[in-house]
Amino acid sequence: MSKASRDAILRKLRVGASREGDEAQARKAIEARLKGHPRGTVPARGKLDAKKLLDLFVAQAEAVDATVARVAAPGDVPAAVADYLRGENLPPALRMAPDPKLDACAWDTAPMLDISYGKARAEEQVSVTGAFAGIAETGTLMLASGPESPTTLNFLPDTHIVVLRADEMVGAYEDAWDRLRATGRMPRAVNFVSGPSRSGDIEQTLHLGAHGPRRLHVILVEGNG
Amino acid sequence: MSVHNPTSHRFPENARDALKNETLQRGLASAKVGFRVRRSEAAARLPEFETLRDESRDIKNHTLAHIDLYLEAFEKRVTERGGHVHWATDAAEARDAVLAICRAAGAKTVTKGKSMISEEMGLNAFLEENGIEPVETDLGEYIIQLRGETPSHIIAPAFHVLKEQVVETFRENHTQLDPNRVIDEARQLQDEARLVLRKRFLEADVGITGANFLIAETGSTVIVTNEGNGDLTQTLPRIHIVLASLEKVVPTLEDASTILRVLARSATGQEYSSYTTFSTGPRRGEDIDGPHEFHVVLLDNGRTDLIGTEMQEVLRCIRCGACMNHCPVYGVIGGHAYGWVYPGPIGAVLSPSLIGVEEAHHLPNASTFCGRCEAVCPMRIPLPKLMRNLREREFEKGLPPATQRWGLAIWAWLAKRPVPYRLATWLPMRLLALLAGRKGRYSWLPLAGGWTSQRDFPAPQGPSFQALWDRKRGRREASK
Repeated sequence: MSKASRDAILRKLRVGASREGDEAQARKAIEARLKGHPRGTVPARGKLDAKKLLDLFVAQAEAVDATVARVAAPGDVPAAVADYLRGENLPPALRMAPDPKLDACAWDTAPMLDISYGKARAEEQVSVTGAFAGIAETGTLMLASGPESPTTLNFLPDTHIVVLRADEMVGAYEDAWDRLRATGRMPRAVNFVSGPSRSGDIEQTLHLGAHGPRRLHVILVEGNG
Repeated sequence: MSVHNPTSHRFPENARDALKNETLQRGLASAKVGFRVRRSEAAARLPEFETLRDESRDIKNHTLAHIDLYLEAFEKRVTERGGHVHWATDAAEARDAVLAICRAAGAKTVTKGKSMISEEMGLNAFLEENGIEPVETDLGEYIIQLRGETPSHIIAPAFHVLKEQVVETFRENHTQLDPNRVIDEARQLQDEARLVLRKRFLEADVGITGANFLIAETGSTVIVTNEGNGDLTQTLPRIHIVLASLEKVVPTLEDASTILRVLARSATGQEYSSYTTFSTGPRRGEDIDGPHEFHVVLLDNGRTDLIGTEMQEVLRCIRCGACMNHCPVYGVIGGHAYGWVYPGPIGAVLSPSLIGVEEAHHLPNASTFCGRCEAVCPMRIPLPKLMRNLREREFEKGLPPATQRWGLAIWAWLAKRPVPYRLATWLPMRLLALLAGRKGRYSWLPLAGGWTSQRDFPAPQGPSFQALWDRKRGRREASK
């Protein structure tokens, strides 16, 4: 059934498609594009020096209702997390991604935090994950799935805390794709996250916290400490 | 249930009913301005916006010229990643493919992200008939599913529903909750939907989403949402089914990124939607979450007939909704009057192309040709031109009423013969000018009731256009 339909559809498309050159030329053209993946115009706002990219990211993320705390070194992260939870009146229980990157944060310096590791479950309120990249042009986080970064942590909990290192910041989406290609693998899920969940479906007025996290908090680590 | 049996052939009646529907009129009046302002502000914030529109158009044109090859490449990558591609020529075949997957999994409940292809397929009613419960999870879709309605806008499906109506619907349906709870505010309604649907997300056996793009380079499918419902839908259940039409394919991640820069800005005026997710195959060996099975149902449903024709340009559409947000006709009748899945200018072009000119021939006439839809379309689809093509097709098929066809035939005969034309127009125009008297307009005219029932007909004044033209040309030639 599907096979016959497949062949019928492809045959009709092949007959209809208006292109120059023969089949071999067309195949060469698409192979070249798939391998070369040429960039289109990249907005000038994303082409800044590293320091300015951090500022742009923060401004853009805050414009879409994320909150950002900038800290000097990984060692400052646990205190920043504890501060944030206190400020938001949230319990100090964290579901954390089993991500080796996060180990640099010396979590044992914050014994009041109750930390468990793994994918998210329905009962968990707050998750902590790393990020694959930060994209300054729209204040967007790029999160790549894997055993060390389960996707459920990005969507199930009410509050999502993301630890982002300054050297993970890029200007544009295309820069982030290049970094991902350099790893040699396309993850099962790549999530681009810009601010917390929202909906405008009731009378076209936006409210935060539809189905995903109500709060998105980014801890931006500016140095290696 | 909310099946889309087309009612496009009743468009004139539908439109009249919509104009008389006071609730709908209230909703339309308050809602339509927001989208327009936000879009124009977002476009102004990005100096490269117009260039990106050109490039987006070019990407899709290139893709459509090689669509067979890109779809093959996409299928190959999906399969390499352990996913499955199901090709369907029509809605029935696509429904069967989805049902077979659900049956094999013994599925009882299916959560759904927003998908217009699901609407084309009439999937929800079909699943229900077969004992499987579909649960829409996009807030707008959830509201209209409870109300037994269809979407009236492609990105704001409950565009036509007022807040008080949502309150009513939730009280009727969420009987498990305290009947004395307070849900007066949109915020509280949203929280209630979150609470109720959270349970459904966790118990679903299959998650079905649409796709904004298919990436040939990687075999990825892409969804764009603000709520995060699509991601919960496709991450939590054991099986993820993606519903997509053929023209959603683009070559590379870069190509998708270029088009994504114009999508959210054109749709809601956001810089980027809250969530854009690229999904590639089922969960990998070491993964601790994500679906075990990944299926893509590729639907044709009439699109192959458009490839290589003068209507092909409509296949560039990325479903942002900007055309309907800016359409003066949509703005007063809303989405349901169009009578099938896609309303507004894009529906006026897509519906006759997909369900036939016979069923939907009224729709391309529901336009003033003001051109706003083309002016804001991020993919630069020449919607008025395509509507004109369809009007020609309507005429060729003899679908307009006899009076209109005869009228046009007489006019065409006259227009090609200057002397009789001048005589035939001069006399009635002089008469109309004379008989109007000092009022200068008519509140009633024989044969023009369609016009005068809504507004006065102004009496002709001064010389005719042709007389003015002659005079002007005479002047120009004299000055040479």
